[in-house]
Amino acid sequence: MRRPVSLYGLTFSLPLLIWQLLFFVFPLVFLVALSFWTVRNFRLEAGFDTVNWVTMFGRPVFWQAYGTTLAMAAAAAALTSALAFPCAYAIAFKLSPKAQRWAVFLMVIPFFTSYLVRVYSWQVFLSDAGIINVMLGWLGLGPFGLLNTIGATMVGYMTLSFPLVVLLQLFSLVFIDRTLIEAAHNMRCGRLRTVFAVVIPSARVGLVIAALFSFILCFGDFVSPIYLGGGDPTTLSILITDTTKSGQQWPRAAVIALTMIATLMVAAFLAVRFAYKGRTK
Amino acid sequence: MNEQNELNRNPLIEAGLKLYVILAYLFVFAPILASFVFSFNSDRFPSIPLGHFSTEWYRAVASDPLVWEGLRNTLGIGLAVGVLSTVLGFGAAYTDYRYKFLGKQVYLALALLPPTIPVVIMGLAMLAYLSRIDLSGNALSVIIAHVVICAPFAMAVIRLRLSQMDPSLESAAWNLGASEWATMRHVIIPFTRPAILGALFITMAVSFDEFAIAWFVSGLNETLPVKVLGFLQGQVSPRINAIGTFVFVTSMTLVILAQLLLSGRGPATDKE
Repeated sequence: MRRPVSLYGLTFSLPLLIWQLLFFVFPLVFLVALSFWTVRNFRLEAGFDTVNWVTMFGRPVFWQAYGTTLAMAAAAAALTSALAFPCAYAIAFKLSPKAQRWAVFLMVIPFFTSYLVRVYSWQVFLSDAGIINVMLGWLGLGPFGLLNTIGATMVGYMTLSFPLVVLLQLFSLVFIDRTLIEAAHNMRCGRLRTVFAVVIPSARVGLVIAALFSFILCFGDFVSPIYLGGGDPTTLSILITDTTKSGQQWPRAAVIALTMIATLMVAAFLAVRFAYKGRTK
Repeated sequence: MNEQNELNRNPLIEAGLKLYVILAYLFVFAPILASFVFSFNSDRFPSIPLGHFSTEWYRAVASDPLVWEGLRNTLGIGLAVGVLSTVLGFGAAYTDYRYKFLGKQVYLALALLPPTIPVVIMGLAMLAYLSRIDLSGNALSVIIAHVVICAPFAMAVIRLRLSQMDPSLESAAWNLGASEWATMRHVIIPFTRPAILGALFITMAVSFDEFAIAWFVSGLNETLPVKVLGFLQGQVSPRINAIGTFVFVTSMTLVILAQLLLSGRGPATDKE
């Protein structure tokens, strides 16, 4: 279907290209330039000065936040993947097609509810006089300080990424060749061993991509660490919002943002390589 | 075979897994349901046992002129974002469907990548860039930023529909003497209409709920989700639940409309 460039074709192709160049690529490229600009008397001055990079990279609090963010996002991705897998597995292999369709439909709903409202709801559950502590009180336990902990941040991260991870895992599981699993059973391969030796390797690409998306979402989220984690320990996303909103130090915020993008690119590269390892035959 | 199946199906494990699925859905829906319940609850600091039934928070929200302004902004922006994203997304989907060209991978990356960039980074980049070209701090800047992240969703939905179309349909129309434009108008657009409307509703719903980028670039023209963020930062109150329930009902209406269109109740989809 190769045809010369025509007015007709360009009418459909160009608008999106122009829009994404103007408002997606250029802003990100501008971020690179901005990171070398300086702020004097609350005004941005164009230039080429590495002072922002030197300042930010020289601050222990930056590296602390970097380590925290990386560790928490990785932990959240691992935890979400591990907890989502039995759910996706059960939906894929144990439910009727009709129940499956309902399960998918219900898992899509959270994408269209406000994440902020859900986070606020978790505050209601987790606060000192909140639902969970009241219930524990009935059993004579607590109250426990559940809010403003790393655990609460994890709950928020899972609120953000659990539905997506379940859906992505599910889509990779339903495409597994069922005869492989039957073959394993016929050869007296145990139930758990079948899961780990047949199902997970067959669905590896999807599972890794799901974990990667969870990592990306949690790495960039500032709502859960602030409103469930209490802002302590600080994450890079909190650092960006603080630096941009109150400090007016956009160039320094740009340094943080670029460091995050670089980290995410490395993570995505490693994940994709791991996902397809040994597959390119 | 029968024996194998029995071996394969341990009722205990089966029941355990199903219970686990229910628990997982409970985790996902607990905050959504709680927000709905507490939006009708009288207590200032929501918890259990519940107070009495009350529409106090809805009234508080409805009497707040700032909320109305936020709603107007949200609806106006959502509509503009929906239309623009769907137009751009349609073009990209059709381009991917029909043409092969050098750099197509790059084109598709541009068309699909934006939603994977963390919103704080997009927000900062947009704020810095748009204020540089004097476009920041108004509704237009939110529209621009939202179209960037919504167009990929529109493209995906429409591309999916195009892949269900018989490729020879287009050439058949050409052979019968229809111009490319006429074919577009009388063959391709009618065929993809359910997906076009679906994309419109889904992108509007995405725009309705987006708060982070809007928070960065909106300036004084705050949308409703940005208002909610403001409530979270300042006086936390069950008003959030009232707004949340309202936004949820609006978004779900859009999504269910989209779902109905996409699942093929329309006349154009009988073919499958």
